[in-house]
Amino acid sequence: MTAYFFRLYVTGQTERSLAAEANLRALCDSRLPGSYELDVIDTAEQPGLAEEQRILATPTVVRLAPLPQRRVIGDLSDHHRAAWALGLPGQPAPARQGDEE
Amino acid sequence: MNGSDMTGRLVTGISGFDQIALGGLPSGRTTLVTGSTGSGKTLFAVEFLARGILRAGEPGVFVTFEETPDDLRRNWASLGFPVRQWEREGKWAFVDASAGFQEAPVIGSYDFGALAARIGHAARQVSAARISVDSLDAVFTRFAGAALVRHELARIAGTLEDAGVTSVITAERAGEDGRISRYGVEEFVVDNVVVLRNVLDHERRRRTIEIVKMRGAPHRTGQWLFTIDPRDELDRMCGGGFFKDAIILLVGPSGAGKTLTSLKFLAAGLRGGERCLAFTFDENREQVRRNSAGWGIDLDSAEESGLLRIVCEYPEVASLEDHFIRIRRAIEEHQPGRLVIDTLSALERIVSPRALLDFVIALGALVRQHGITTLLTSAPAGRFTPQLTPSIAGEIASLTDVTITLRYFEQHGEIRRAIAVMQTRGSAHDPGIRQVTIDGDGMHIAGPVPGTAGIISGAAAFLTLPGTADPPASESPQPGG
Repeated sequence: MTAYFFRLYVTGQTERSLAAEANLRALCDSRLPGSYELDVIDTAEQPGLAEEQRILATPTVVRLAPLPQRRVIGDLSDHHRAAWALGLPGQPAPARQGDEE
Repeated sequence: MNGSDMTGRLVTGISGFDQIALGGLPSGRTTLVTGSTGSGKTLFAVEFLARGILRAGEPGVFVTFEETPDDLRRNWASLGFPVRQWEREGKWAFVDASAGFQEAPVIGSYDFGALAARIGHAARQVSAARISVDSLDAVFTRFAGAALVRHELARIAGTLEDAGVTSVITAERAGEDGRISRYGVEEFVVDNVVVLRNVLDHERRRRTIEIVKMRGAPHRTGQWLFTIDPRDELDRMCGGGFFKDAIILLVGPSGAGKTLTSLKFLAAGLRGGERCLAFTFDENREQVRRNSAGWGIDLDSAEESGLLRIVCEYPEVASLEDHFIRIRRAIEEHQPGRLVIDTLSALERIVSPRALLDFVIALGALVRQHGITTLLTSAPAGRFTPQLTPSIAGEIASLTDVTITLRYFEQHGEIRRAIAVMQTRGSAHDPGIRQVTIDGDGMHIAGPVPGTAGIISGAAAFLTLPGTADPPASESPQPGG
């Protein structure tokens, strides 16, 4: 069983930050029950960590494992697209796979 | 860190810019610098930081969106800015926003909170006084929506101002006219806006700079030439060169260097591809040619190429009104960027001082309307009576932007020449009196003439400051000539 490791970068305890974390947890709990780890980093408190990963926008989730790394920006409000973009198993990819403009 | 003095100015150190901005950028605030491709935005952003370090030891943060820090370090080393060394010394920090962003898909809403946090972090690390952000477009082009751009720009500007720094944000402009910035909202978020232009004008490419707004602070309006020869000492004395559109009055007795200064002024314009027009009322064409050839200035080929037009006339051949009409006609035909009138004193022979003053007022209106940088010369009556300025000189001086005085003075039993910039309107300049030497290569402006008084007033005398035993000669950095 593959171990998934995500790091979620947010800025402050805003509605958007909380929404992103809730969406990501809900997604992982349904697709990767018990086999994932999630770190949440507040860039306002730890800007050095944002610098290391060259994070510009928040929320940003980085899938650190399995490799290759993947990144998604936004509060992940569309679960289907988020699962596909993060390469999560268990559900078919959305019908339209092409990325937006 | 700077205080957040709202009305204070931060001297940028960018040659010529501080004069236009009447002192510099508003301290502790953000200024948007927009321009089309090739207008010099990045250079402005880099120089803003580099001059801060070089002039004032003020550390800076450079936020780069387009080029990587590695590319930038390499490029700027060739400009003489040792960024790598400054980074080691803790004077310069990069925020690398150039990579790792374009590939990520966007799902749901987001903001640039992390960028703001990183900028604040870097600013604290080096105790930054200046920040440059170059340029926002790389991020914003991907995300249409004026509301987002406006909101995020306000956030970044807020971060910068909270950090107590003076900052420059660059942004791309689609063309030379129309909207100031791509989204049409940037300028409403930021208090201060500067536009750089790179335009073809009379078949010549010119870079200009214009301050569109500077909230709560006076500044010069109109477009200004952006490039100034940094090697010219006179430019340096004037605080970085003359403003475009400036009217400069050059006062000095014959032989003090007036004609040479005006020839140099023309030659510098011609070298930059600027069209030049010269009216000389003192000398005939052959004398002008011989003078300039003697200084290694080739006027013939400049005239042949059409860049330069020289009109030599004796004042007596026409009335002053006719002279004015001829000058106006020549300006309209030739469309010069620079104009020399040498000398007003010759015209004084044919009219009353009052009429000459009217002439200068009319000429001033004419050249300002055409945006012509104008040099007027004027001679006092006699070689060794420097106190005798022309009767109208005082009034004319008040009409001009810059007054430069050339004088003879006596020191150590020799007649020497001195130059002083008396007034440059609304800008800083070197208040010192400098020694001038003239040799086969032209005019050289040397160090200040120390320990003397009365050069400009005409009664030169040495000053010995109380408590200083040294005679002034021993500390005077006189060059050999």
